[in-house]
Amino acid sequence: MTGRGRVLLLIPAFNEEASIGHVVVEARQVMPGIDVLVANDCSTDSTAQVARGVGAQVITVPHHLGLGGVLQAGYRLAYELGYDYVVRIDGDGQMDPRDIPTILETLRASGVEMVIGSRYLERDGGHTSVARSVGIRFFRAVLRPILGKPVMDPTSGFVGVNRRALEVFSNSFPLEYPEIEALVVLRRRAFHFLEVPCRIRPRRAGLSTITPLKSVYYIVHVLLGVLVNILKFERHRWR
Amino acid sequence: MERLLTVSLILSGCLIVVILYSLRRSHIRVEYSLSWLAAAIVVFVLSIWQRGLVALGQLLGISYPPAALASVTICVFLVVLYRLSMIVSDLKDNNVALAQKVASLEYHLHRLEDQSEAATTRS
Repeated sequence: MTGRGRVLLLIPAFNEEASIGHVVVEARQVMPGIDVLVANDCSTDSTAQVARGVGAQVITVPHHLGLGGVLQAGYRLAYELGYDYVVRIDGDGQMDPRDIPTILETLRASGVEMVIGSRYLERDGGHTSVARSVGIRFFRAVLRPILGKPVMDPTSGFVGVNRRALEVFSNSFPLEYPEIEALVVLRRRAFHFLEVPCRIRPRRAGLSTITPLKSVYYIVHVLLGVLVNILKFERHRWR
Repeated sequence: MERLLTVSLILSGCLIVVILYSLRRSHIRVEYSLSWLAAAIVVFVLSIWQRGLVALGQLLGISYPPAALASVTICVFLVVLYRLSMIVSDLKDNNVALAQKVASLEYHLHRLEDQSEAATTRS
């Protein structure tokens, strides 16, 4: 798609054979002809074959890297291939591809480096669990002074970035739990973001792997990552 | 105290022998053995040199020399573990970068194969 800059739809996937085909087909119905790249995190099922079968390009990492690692592989490739905009959507079918044009148009019209599809701008988060809602409220409060503006859905995996952010992400991207840290990474470069409302649906297949213990690890890990990025930000600003 | 020093002498001596044996069998690389070797030698020397251990205890404000030896041993091995964590982190970063590069190269290779196949079919 080359109309007003080349656009890539990036879908990170790990063992999503049951839903990945439907996600790609649905996205193509909304955005006919859009280039689709599935970043396959060394799935042990037939995710890659299903994705290729519905016409997506697939990049497969040689061993399991986790969400951040496989996403960065996708961002790097998109940057190398010269894409101007990349919209990331999850492979489990929870995000509604009908929101992709909104994200894309906002990216183009506003000139901000990142647009986040937010579940909380117009509704209460739909299918979000109580634990996740509490975590999101906590991180909203943490991020507010760091980012200099409120962010309603900092853990959203439905984001669009332009080429400037793509360049940054291809060089520096958190390996684990990337969404929140990525916002701080961009803020360090004085980049800007906007949120647009998006719809969220129940996942098409599979189960969430989040457990109470993992939630605690998530919070500690992300807080430390944010802190490290703040330290880097200060050093960079004072230089 | 004598028995504790004897035990630490034997253990640190054994550690030195194991490291040298591992080096000889190429089970550990020289650059990663240095911190272990240095830590084992520090404990070994302090186990033999009791006057040094007492002086070190006074310097640290520890009147009981075995406690000084235990503190020094813990600190030395914490430094070794920290250094190893740095090495593992570096290896992890390199490993991720390498995996991403391999994935990218494989992607380009598949594209070239597909293009070549399509060209062959057309001709």
